[in-house]
Amino acid sequence: MSESLEAEVKTNPQGDPITSLEPEQKTNPQGDPITSVAAPKVDFKKDPHAEAKKQRVVTPEYMFFEAPRTKEFITGSESAKEAVRRSNVDLSIAYPITPQSETMQLIGVLYGEGYVKEYYRGEEEYGVMSAIAGASRAGVRCFTATAGPGTLRGLEPIASWPGHRLPAVAMFTCRVVNAPLAIQPDNIEVSYLLNCGMIVFHAENQQDLFDFIMQGFIISEKNDVTLPVGVACDGFFVTHARGYVHMQEKGIKLPPREAWRGAVPVLDAENPPARLSRDAPVQKSNFMAYNIHAVWQQEVWAAVERSRKYINQYMGGLVTAENVEGADAILVASGSAAAQSREAIRLCKDKGLQVGLIKIRSLRPFPTAELRQLCAKAKLIVVPEFNYVAWLAKDVAAAIYGFSKAKIVAGPHVYGGMSMPVEMIVDEITGGLTGKKSGNVPMSAIMGCDVDQAAVAHFMQNI
Amino acid sequence: MIKKRINIRMSGLGGQGAVTGAHVMAMAASKDGRFAISNPFFGAEKRMAPAESYCRIGVERIYDRGELVFPDVIEVYHPQVITMGKSYTMPFYSGIKEGGVVIINSDVPLLSDEDIQRLKDLNVAVFYIKGTQIALEVAGTELSTNMTMIGSAAGITKCVSLNGLDLALQERFGKKFVASGGTATLDEAIKKKFAKKEMLLQKNFATVKAAYEVGAEWAEKNKVELQVAAMAAA
Repeated sequence: MSESLEAEVKTNPQGDPITSLEPEQKTNPQGDPITSVAAPKVDFKKDPHAEAKKQRVVTPEYMFFEAPRTKEFITGSESAKEAVRRSNVDLSIAYPITPQSETMQLIGVLYGEGYVKEYYRGEEEYGVMSAIAGASRAGVRCFTATAGPGTLRGLEPIASWPGHRLPAVAMFTCRVVNAPLAIQPDNIEVSYLLNCGMIVFHAENQQDLFDFIMQGFIISEKNDVTLPVGVACDGFFVTHARGYVHMQEKGIKLPPREAWRGAVPVLDAENPPARLSRDAPVQKSNFMAYNIHAVWQQEVWAAVERSRKYINQYMGGLVTAENVEGADAILVASGSAAAQSREAIRLCKDKGLQVGLIKIRSLRPFPTAELRQLCAKAKLIVVPEFNYVAWLAKDVAAAIYGFSKAKIVAGPHVYGGMSMPVEMIVDEITGGLTGKKSGNVPMSAIMGCDVDQAAVAHFMQNI
Repeated sequence: MIKKRINIRMSGLGGQGAVTGAHVMAMAASKDGRFAISNPFFGAEKRMAPAESYCRIGVERIYDRGELVFPDVIEVYHPQVITMGKSYTMPFYSGIKEGGVVIINSDVPLLSDEDIQRLKDLNVAVFYIKGTQIALEVAGTELSTNMTMIGSAAGITKCVSLNGLDLALQERFGKKFVASGGTATLDEAIKKKFAKKEMLLQKNFATVKAAYEVGAEWAEKNKVELQVAAMAAA
């Protein structure tokens, strides 16, 4: 077995000898083995798209609520792939920026299998996001995914998607975007997406990612919504880690996009793109431009509001709430912070403290009414976050101001993508209830009716 | 103390198998019917650079992820973690919980008086294991050092059973398994040390078992009772 190997020393792209006795390991140009993508086996007799062609269309209601599901143990990137497989996607455009998740690479596999009709690699993120705009305007269902610096590089076109009323789903697997350089899942980039006018969901785990992507397409394309949906997750913890995902069979898919149902006409020979630029509001007069911009943005945000009923219908609500009634304290969290909160709640229970959890799934639209109702009698609200700026705590404080007398703790925070020790959350809860800090964690920003003005000023400075 | 969950932080150097150690440990716990999760943590995949891994084992579903800032057990795979500060936290025992256990692979004591006092104040037990020596004696290669680290941790805390470890080793090395380029290379290196795959499994398990016994004996003698609850008790 080994004698033939002695003859020549094979090397990988880095120049290291490949001494394996087993079949040669496929590697990417960096020398990492390609593990998730099986080498395409070319069998000319067999149609590689055969399986995909057999997929049958089912209603969203059947797909989300009735179709039988099986449990799989897969990574977040794989769950995104499986969601796209069942979403009848026409076009997906990839750019392999670093840091990244494997998602777009896996969508390439779907393209090879015929589950995605068109797929290519863009020149960079700006080009990808611009091309998604063009494709969505032309009436096809689009998907892309990016991460960290890629999100910000593509942000200019992304910020224009809602105003152009472009349905699409973009996945943001959050990584650090601010200096100093790091590649871990700090989710500060979500704060840049919140004010675009797009719908933004935040996935806690692999299951959320799978469900939110599929539900995102349907909500995005509703006539009275016609907006892009961003599905964010804390990259690495979700994309690179395995978790249980309950999935429908591969043989079914969502109905195709019917662009004629959208709020604005698609671009075609009768609605050429030149029309938009020729009649740009700014060319009429400034006052016309201001007026048009005002009503345009009002309509975008009104469409965000109108998406609430579909989020309730397909996702079962903008939030989930557990043990909130009569709780000593309530944790309000989204994404991975919700997962860490579940552990903190357990530790608190061992100490005899009843702590509730409100997990926010939809950041835009924001669950203002839900929070006002759920937090009406709360005494202490703790908002743990994986970023420096406390974007969630700000929104929570603004939403319940005047509707709740709770003390709000904006923290704990972890930075640069560090995972949040659950003990820090417990400290904030016990500290918030007793006024005594353990010293284990730095002073967090606190706001509420029973703290002094200095504490409020500290809160305002720190959020 | 019987806990519902034990959090283990493994601090090693690149190439020593700390990541594999956590992985095998988590798989073993899973084979035992407990809940477990392992996370690797490193910068460049470079030999002798600091590498850490984390293993959470418990009797309830585990939601939290990522690096362990407050571990119950710390395994130090290499003296340089302490002597040269090749650790992601300084000191290397930063964050250890009261009543925790520190396992150090070294044949000489490495802690300063200050370290000893601070760990004593936290009621943390320190166990030195001649891991590399055991690996050389039993498996015939220092590459099996990680087996002594997981074996001794299991012997002290009983967080995984020997049977679970045996099954996990079979799964990890018995069939084609790829985690990353660096890991694939290391796997090849260890496989070449043994004539046959069965031999690799057998010798590695013997190493685990030897370390398990050393650890169990030490824990009994020193009355170290940091254990994770049995599933039935949950």
